Amino acid sequence: MILIENLTKYYGETCAVDQINFDIRKGEVLGLLGPNGAGKTTTMRMLTCYLVPTSGDIKVKDFSIKDNALEIKKLIGYLPESAPLYPDMIVYDYLRFIADVRELKKGSIDSRIKELAGICGIHEVMHKSINELSKGYKQRVGLAHAMMNDPEILVLDEPTSGLDPNQIVEIRDIIKKIGTEKTVILSTHILSEAEATCDRIVIINKGKIVAAGATDELKREAGSDYIIQVSLKHGNFEEVSSTLRSVPEVSDVILISDENEILDVHLACSGKKDVRPDIYQAIRNNDWILMEFHKESRTLETIFRELTKEG
Amino acid sequence: MTNTLNIFRKEFRGYFISPIAYIVISIFLILTGWFFFSTFFLYGQAEMRGFFSLLPIIFSFIIPAITMKLFSEEFNTGSYELLLTLPVSSLNIILGKFLAAVAFAAIMLVPTFSYAVFISFLGDLDWGPVMGGYVGAVLLVASFSAIGLFASSITRNQIIAFITGMSLCFLLTLIDKILFFLPESALNFFQFLGADFHFRNISKGVIDSRDLLYFISVCFVMLYSTNLVIQEKT
Repeated sequence: MILIENLTKYYGETCAVDQINFDIRKGEVLGLLGPNGAGKTTTMRMLTCYLVPTSGDIKVKDFSIKDNALEIKKLIGYLPESAPLYPDMIVYDYLRFIADVRELKKGSIDSRIKELAGICGIHEVMHKSINELSKGYKQRVGLAHAMMNDPEILVLDEPTSGLDPNQIVEIRDIIKKIGTEKTVILSTHILSEAEATCDRIVIINKGKIVAAGATDELKREAGSDYIIQVSLKHGNFEEVSSTLRSVPEVSDVILISDENEILDVHLACSGKKDVRPDIYQAIRNNDWILMEFHKESRTLETIFRELTKEG
Repeated sequence: MTNTLNIFRKEFRGYFISPIAYIVISIFLILTGWFFFSTFFLYGQAEMRGFFSLLPIIFSFIIPAITMKLFSEEFNTGSYELLLTLPVSSLNIILGKFLAAVAFAAIMLVPTFSYAVFISFLGDLDWGPVMGGYVGAVLLVASFSAIGLFASSITRNQIIAFITGMSLCFLLTLIDKILFFLPESALNFFQFLGADFHFRNISKGVIDSRDLLYFISVCFVMLYSTNLVIQEKT
């Protein structure tokens, strides 16, 4: 569907995006992750034909952004970061303007706007001026703007930033729903969001791709180190530490807290083998009461931090 | 073409949503009305020449005030990103905005037509120069709008856009008066570059192709420069 080839963008001397390559398949939700200033927005801006790449190319279907920018713009609905809509316009007028520019049929404009108002939950602000809207509503109007002509590809730059938790869930649900039939590319720095919504993830740092793959795959590949959290009653740290260290896979025992007779420790483990039975056995042989015991699966967060940390 | 029209409609309506339109129209009508009629009865002649001779100077600061927001505001709020990622070309955007400014300024001129009607009751008004004057005024508005649009495209600050546009318009209006000390032959050349000179010719009621060509060239050069500036930004 979309093919990005050796895409490079320089702003003067600074290189924002450096020779990146990836493809996006039809009907896929792709997450673009990276720290601030990694080049996510620049990549999206080039894909939506707002910026011209210094070198490299993007192909959408059979169109290239160099020669067929107008065709590509017709295929893509774009929501820029923080939805910079025209502040003086009324929401309805704004959507109407977008519908006109997107060349919707005259008869279907009103029904489409109504439909979008339902999907995005903006019925009650339809006749307000955009600068009176809260950030959440602005974001929703932006989403309605992006979906106006039912585009095959949706590009969303940090779609949930600045929203309250309920709105975040709502927007995620909308994205998931769209994602079943459309191709969606979204950027975010909220990792749980990427985990929850994306089929595939591309992590960018300093303009380069540092990791790419299906979300599950990426989590699996993340390495064999993991942490097990244990809470014990009536245990003292020295005893617990020496006992648990005797399990071969446990490389370290870290004290988290020791209050009200409850001892919280993290066990740093390595190796492919599941050590939980061994640990449980070790605990059972002592006079401790097990309050809590769980394996913290390595989330994207750890991968992200490792791949994008300084130096 | 339809998208040029869509952008034109949006910008044109935009003028009347914000209070700026009404303020600018009022200032224009008060200034021209006052300066024109304060000397009109002293001359005692039923003609509009005094009114038209005011226009280049007044337009030099009124038109940049109309055009200053066209690009600057979009750059500043970031809405330009949304606009450019819609299926429109930069030509659509520039022409749409340009035509909106010209149409707005033309509407601003409409009430002044009542001056002509009023004068025709007082004496024997020659309608030829009046019509020529209005044709010239629209051409002048178009050139200044193109200049203002260009000024707006180079900055995200509306005040800078206004001052730049105003300086360029004043330069074109006053160039022959500023350079009065030059020898006659050189002065003729610079006079030919001035908007005021060509506007005076047309407002005499003589529509000469050289004057038309002058205004069209100014529009073209300025709109083309705007396009270059905008391409440079991507």
